[in-house]
Amino acid sequence: MESSIFKYILRYSLRQQIVLLFVIIAFYPFLFVTLDLPKIIVNRAIRSDGAAPPFDVPLFGFEIPLDVTQLTYLMILSFAYLALVFITGGFKYYISVYKGRLGERLLRRLRYQLYSRILRFPTPHFKKVSQGEVIPMVTAEVEPLGGFIGIAYADPLFFGGQLLLIVGYILMQDWVLGLAAAGMIPIQGYIIPKLQKRVNALGKQRVQNVRRLSDHLGESISGISEIHAHDTSFYELSRFANRLGAIYDIRYDIYRRKFFIKFLNNFIDKLTPFFFFSIGGYLVIQGDLTVGALVAVLNAYKELASPWKELLSWYQQKEDVRIKYEQVIEQFEPQGMLDEELQIAEPEGPPPIRGDLVLSNIGLADEDGVRTLDAVSLTTSTTAHTAFVGDGGSGKTELGAVLARLVRPTSGTIKFGGSDLSNLPESVTGRRIAYVNASPYLQAASIGDNILYGLKHRSLRPANQDSAEHVTDLEEAVTTGNSPYDYHSDWVDYEEAGVEDLNGLQHRLIEILQIVDMDDEVYRFGLRGVIDPERQPETAELIMSARAALRGRLSDPAVAQLIEPFDIETYNSNASVAENILFGLPIGNAFDLENLADSAYMQVVLDKVNLSADFLDMGTQVAQTMLELFAGLPPGHEFFEQFSFIESDDLPEFQAILGRAARGPEGLTVEDRRRLVSLPFKLIRARHRLDLIDDQMMPRILEARRVFAEGLPEDLREAIAFFDADAYNPAATLQDNILFGKVSYGQAQAEAKVGKLISEVVDELELRETVTAAGLDFQAGNGGARLSQGQRQKLAIARCLIRRPDMLILNEASANLDALSQNTVMENILRDCEGRGVLWILNRVSDAKYFSKTVVLKSGRIVETGSFDELSTADGEFQSLLSAG
Amino acid sequence: MSLQQEVELLRNIPLFAKIDASKLKLLAFTSERLTYSPEDVVFEQGDSGDAAYIIIGGEADVIIDTPGGPLVVATLKQNEIVGEIAILCDVPRTATVRAKSQLTTLRISKDLFFNLIVEFPEIAVEIMRELAHRLEQTTARLREAVAKSQS
Repeated sequence: MESSIFKYILRYSLRQQIVLLFVIIAFYPFLFVTLDLPKIIVNRAIRSDGAAPPFDVPLFGFEIPLDVTQLTYLMILSFAYLALVFITGGFKYYISVYKGRLGERLLRRLRYQLYSRILRFPTPHFKKVSQGEVIPMVTAEVEPLGGFIGIAYADPLFFGGQLLLIVGYILMQDWVLGLAAAGMIPIQGYIIPKLQKRVNALGKQRVQNVRRLSDHLGESISGISEIHAHDTSFYELSRFANRLGAIYDIRYDIYRRKFFIKFLNNFIDKLTPFFFFSIGGYLVIQGDLTVGALVAVLNAYKELASPWKELLSWYQQKEDVRIKYEQVIEQFEPQGMLDEELQIAEPEGPPPIRGDLVLSNIGLADEDGVRTLDAVSLTTSTTAHTAFVGDGGSGKTELGAVLARLVRPTSGTIKFGGSDLSNLPESVTGRRIAYVNASPYLQAASIGDNILYGLKHRSLRPANQDSAEHVTDLEEAVTTGNSPYDYHSDWVDYEEAGVEDLNGLQHRLIEILQIVDMDDEVYRFGLRGVIDPERQPETAELIMSARAALRGRLSDPAVAQLIEPFDIETYNSNASVAENILFGLPIGNAFDLENLADSAYMQVVLDKVNLSADFLDMGTQVAQTMLELFAGLPPGHEFFEQFSFIESDDLPEFQAILGRAARGPEGLTVEDRRRLVSLPFKLIRARHRLDLIDDQMMPRILEARRVFAEGLPEDLREAIAFFDADAYNPAATLQDNILFGKVSYGQAQAEAKVGKLISEVVDELELRETVTAAGLDFQAGNGGARLSQGQRQKLAIARCLIRRPDMLILNEASANLDALSQNTVMENILRDCEGRGVLWILNRVSDAKYFSKTVVLKSGRIVETGSFDELSTADGEFQSLLSAG
Repeated sequence: MSLQQEVELLRNIPLFAKIDASKLKLLAFTSERLTYSPEDVVFEQGDSGDAAYIIIGGEADVIIDTPGGPLVVATLKQNEIVGEIAILCDVPRTATVRAKSQLTTLRISKDLFFNLIVEFPEIAVEIMRELAHRLEQTTARLREAVAKSQS
């Protein structure tokens, strides 16, 4: 990258900088006239000596005669002044916007280039740099560059020109005054850079310290469990305080120096008017200078202050930005970066890798020169399944990374089907070879998207949106040297997956889930998942058919006692009072089931059906019962959480409320009432058996249900998805949509039985694939945090398998699966990859029996090669590894 | 069945006869009443135990796995307690319990069970009596079996 920010700016915005230059030059005449006009107005138009026309208008040395009265003359000049104010303002606006856009474009380009460089960093480099340092470089540190890029050339020119113009103007009026005005400039120009130098050095230190601070932050977040487990909070806090202290010292020093520079400037600024008043005043009294000229000079000097200030701030900014740029750039030029050509090259349909995989004399040493691989030579077919075994220090994991070109060997070559691995573009290595290691990383996306991630190499089909805005966005990206590919377009390479279309892809996805033994888990995710029936009408329809099928089974009394279906006409004893009134699911917070009593509309409904007093009464009874049952338990007892309507901390408060309630309802405050009324909403008749929801109460709650739905105001319609026997409920999970009811309390193993029932119905209607497909939408969370380590590993393997690679490299990739699953998954994968190459670095030596060939490594060297049978009978390294388990 | 009725029902179980009403109410409120269809399994031999069960209605078979196949060793009737061994000694379930007819049980979680024993020595004594009774039965059977094999 360019060594200085000025070179960088010129390289990418020369044309724009020139345009800016011309605009600025065009601006000067107007600026000059704006300066001169007040003098003409004062000297020629505002006169009481009855001057007669013609009046002259001087313009750049010419006198233009005007045959008008004095008043008209004054007006013409005044309006001309107004017009000039407009024009100069317009110029300034245009120039500022132009500069802003220029800066933002270049900043965008720079950030893009930095990111693209990160993607080309040699992988071992990431061991040395920390996230905490790299992230602020691309985000925060380059930010001020954007502001500076626009003004890098324009400002010194613009303000410098202005300054010269104004000084020249003053000199034209009177050279003594001119010298007084300009005399200080060289002095300032000499002192200030001297002072600034020290500030720059401090700025450099500040940047480094802030990086260390963010590095520390990142480290604490990643290692938070260690901090808690070892009680090192105080150590960390004090380490952090130490860093803050260092930054404080630097910043304080910077401020002192910065403001001293400012103070000096201000002083010199104010010194000049002193000369004007004294010398200028003297000249006027002597009659050597007109008052008009002095006014103009004073005016001009006032104008002088602003460009001078801008120039200074430009200078300070320049120094700041220069340092930042240099400090960022040096971090983004590590040794051994991937050639850009290899990153972007796109050969016509990457050729499949055929022939042999030949390793000759591969050696690998780390920075300290310790050899982890030593003269590894090996030839194996790219269609064979080869296992690599060895102990922890054998170098087998390193070999895996070398084979995937994640680490470059320090010596030797690897040839895949005749071509040198180190010269292959990523479009070949990243498509024909697949690699997965022991701790794969998942994107914060759905399970499905995570698997498809392996198929997204290039934008293949345009997005469906060609709005003008969208097109401009893409053009803008190209202008700034950003990726020309449309992120919103379809990136999935169906051909690579070996399928025709979306349908085929989904089929294949589920097939692959079966291979990695994850289909059941995803099916369960699917049951717990929510779909949008408008976007997936077929799925919703199929789920509705499952609901009907389940409903059909309710005629069986054994089934009927497990499920109490929702029915608009009947009270559901297994649902809470809140659910019974809503008879639907809340969307958003307006009708949050936990706080339903607080809803203003709910209060209106209760009043309408005259239930308010009853709910208060029920609430009082519930509170009494709870006090009676739980008062004797120690606080924090698990029963509070499991069974009580009232938390242990709130018990004394309810005791007080009940005390007030005993004196009659008038004794209760509004808050008391709110708390009491909220209790009955949580009652589940079948579970709590408090006899409060009796045969009289149920019809009244049903009445409340009716009133609630009928009077629901327009603006709350979107806040609830009502239960409707004939419609898919968008707020409910697939399982709840099939169930359309509540699982009965008090039936042994009801949950399990209902789960089995749903599973039966799903299989009967052949919906398993539909539900599993819905499960693909399950969000994996940040880095896959919502999935278990085993699930993450399975998905990472699935991501490789869907690409049908010529060579699949698994670097202890099944180590996190349980033993049983490991066997299944290994057999499935090897079957799926029949006829294609598999290199598997094994974590269990006994698994070598699944492979036609096994390579045994020890201390970075190949010590044995052969089939499982040969190796296990021979007395050697493999034998001892095998017997060690 | 309402909570009050359940309390009455619990009071008729000898194990709980001497507990005061408010504790019985807590017991009724916090323990689950479960209904089983015939042939439903209450718990399986070898499972880890997290609760004891009191038979409120119906009958249940106690079955143990033997080399010769499953063997019904006892039939539990109303008011009997089952499953307490696993939670007292932290061992896997020593037998399978299966509903013989329509069966209703009161499921008392491990924590609640220990709570009750600590708070009410009467219950502890009652359970000891029950366990001693069973031990006596088992010993008698063993004696029978030994006698049979010797003859």
